[in-house]
Amino acid sequence: MNRRNALLTLSSLAALPAAAQNSDIIGRIAGGDMPTIALPELRGGGEAAAWMTLFNQTLFDEIFSSGVLKVSPRSFYPRQFPQQPQDFRQPPAGVSGGGLWLSDWAAEPVAAGWLATGYSVMQNGKLVFFGWLFDTSQNTVAGAQAFGKVYTGALDEAGTRKVAREFAADILARFGAKSLLGSQIYFISNRSGSKELWVMDYDGKQQRQLTRYGSIVTTPTLSRDNSRIALTTFLRGNPGITILTADSARQLTFLNPTSSVVTTPEFTPDGKQLLLSTKVGSGFPNIFVANADGSGLNRVTTARAVEVEPRINPKNSSEVVFISGRSGTGQLYKMNIDGTSVERLTDGTGQVANPCWHPDGKFVAFSWTRGFEPGNFNIFVMEIGSRKYWQLTQGAGRNQNPVWAPDGRHLAFGSRRGSSTQIWTMLADGTELKQLTDAGSNEMPVWSH
Amino acid sequence: MPRNRIRIALFAAVLAFASIGCKPKPVASSTPPPPPPPAPEQPKPAAMVRSFEVEPSSISAGQSATLTWAVENATSVSISGVGSVQASGSRSVNPSTTTTYRLTANAPGGNAERSVTLTVRPAPPAERPAPPAVKVTQSFADMVRAQLTDVYFDYDKSDVRDDARSTLNRNAEAIRAIFSAHPNGILTIEGHCDERGSAEYNLGLGDRRATATKEYLVNLGVPGDKLKVISYGNEKPTCTESNEDCWQRNRRAHFSAN
Repeated sequence: MNRRNALLTLSSLAALPAAAQNSDIIGRIAGGDMPTIALPELRGGGEAAAWMTLFNQTLFDEIFSSGVLKVSPRSFYPRQFPQQPQDFRQPPAGVSGGGLWLSDWAAEPVAAGWLATGYSVMQNGKLVFFGWLFDTSQNTVAGAQAFGKVYTGALDEAGTRKVAREFAADILARFGAKSLLGSQIYFISNRSGSKELWVMDYDGKQQRQLTRYGSIVTTPTLSRDNSRIALTTFLRGNPGITILTADSARQLTFLNPTSSVVTTPEFTPDGKQLLLSTKVGSGFPNIFVANADGSGLNRVTTARAVEVEPRINPKNSSEVVFISGRSGTGQLYKMNIDGTSVERLTDGTGQVANPCWHPDGKFVAFSWTRGFEPGNFNIFVMEIGSRKYWQLTQGAGRNQNPVWAPDGRHLAFGSRRGSSTQIWTMLADGTELKQLTDAGSNEMPVWSH
Repeated sequence: MPRNRIRIALFAAVLAFASIGCKPKPVASSTPPPPPPPAPEQPKPAAMVRSFEVEPSSISAGQSATLTWAVENATSVSISGVGSVQASGSRSVNPSTTTTYRLTANAPGGNAERSVTLTVRPAPPAERPAPPAVKVTQSFADMVRAQLTDVYFDYDKSDVRDDARSTLNRNAEAIRAIFSAHPNGILTIEGHCDERGSAEYNLGLGDRRATATKEYLVNLGVPGDKLKVISYGNEKPTCTESNEDCWQRNRRAHFSAN
């Protein structure tokens, strides 16, 4: 065995048996190969021309980071492209249309199943964009046109981004992606001097404070219909659950059980009940179920171990993952919602925390110290059916509380890369990292559904 | 009325004397001059009580009151329960029950009496005697702060370590003294964790640490209903450096008066 082979053998031995390459996670989530789209550099007339660089960059970023479509490399594109349906010219059979026909985009080397095109003009001081999406596998322009739509915005940076994002959202919607536009991220921030609940737009804009308790607020969660937030507060002295309206942070009735600790709430998908962790009748916090007002408390798990963070499968409300210390350090477990069929999903190494179901109910994101010192969490995603998992962060800082975006392609999480923890987003393959917060310390994001 | 009676008695005596003087005598040859009439007898004065009071007229058991009296013309004066006294004076008394004092003044011309009653209320319940050894000069919070020591735990564990046992044995003694000085005090045991576990899990782990500490103290005889547990997880660190020294200082059960 030569030196090179020895190294290869060593590296393959060191590879984690169940850990998978990240490049396939998006495809795995998408459930097959992702379609490819061509995004030529679109043009504008008159004063609109000056804003098209920003427009094209924004459109590309939105599509590229969606995790729904692959973007065909621009260097392969033909010299010309149709800016509107009338520009298509069908060439004689077997001859290239030079970019003005559908098959020019479908064929190698572009190999794009879809072509997004359009142009912008200035009308009445506004930026007006005419956009179309074509299916390049079709034989007629009319049959190929997936949609054509007019978008209007202010003739400035914000207006240009808005128009580009709306066009991107319409394209992505064709491929089953839920747009992030309008979605919000709730989080915990200490920038006011105490840990309070805050909310911001999905891109980090419009950060605003929702609670003013001057106490400790932690472990927020959102009901499936985005109307209510449950969190842990110290308002009654001991950690207990408080429920708020999501829009105005008005407090709703919740009768905490008589216990020294009541925490990590989770709404059932119908919003009528909560799973939570509390200690009743024994020395260990276990998983319980209660009505949304705190009545009707019932035990779900029985273990001489700390058990927290129950999370219900959004597609199968009888399936629950949770964190339990019953085998030692906290690990990821799965069970039926009645407490039966408890099964450990992680291998017992390191500490696991913060499970969050993907909207499709097949994947769970979580944080895990596997392969690192205690406390050095990284973000992982596991396909529950196969137990196959992917590691999305690679030791840069301490990464916790991953939550899925409504598009099922992005994750928000808290990362301490320096002296404070901040909210970041990334694509589910670990790329496209963006930092959304920087004031104070910010943690525990919750992305609206 | 007694004065009239005395007057009648005097009149009768004079009559009797006069009738004796009227008894026929043998006639003498020469009639001697009649003896001088007896000097009229001075009336003997009767005793008179000018005042007899008790002040205050109502006391609690154990307290005292003062009897004050003034008597005239008496040859002897006595007060029941006190004995012979001067014609006027005062005397402190402290009976345990309600008592009526009778003052009797004797005189040849007549005796006199007067009574006063001193009401005695039952004593209030005795004050709880202060513990002889412990002098309460410190507040509950001060004593908790000064006398109770934190106990420390291993990473991700809530078992009471050997070093924590000896600390808790000393703490139990101190807690007994603190509770005897402050019987109404409630002691809070706070469970804390270092920053490395997840915040969610640490809320549970901190509760375990506080509970294990409480159970150890209860086994030593500390009353469990005076011990409250609260978990702060890793939300209230005592230091924030990322090293083992700081982590160990945060993996603790802390005693507070809150």
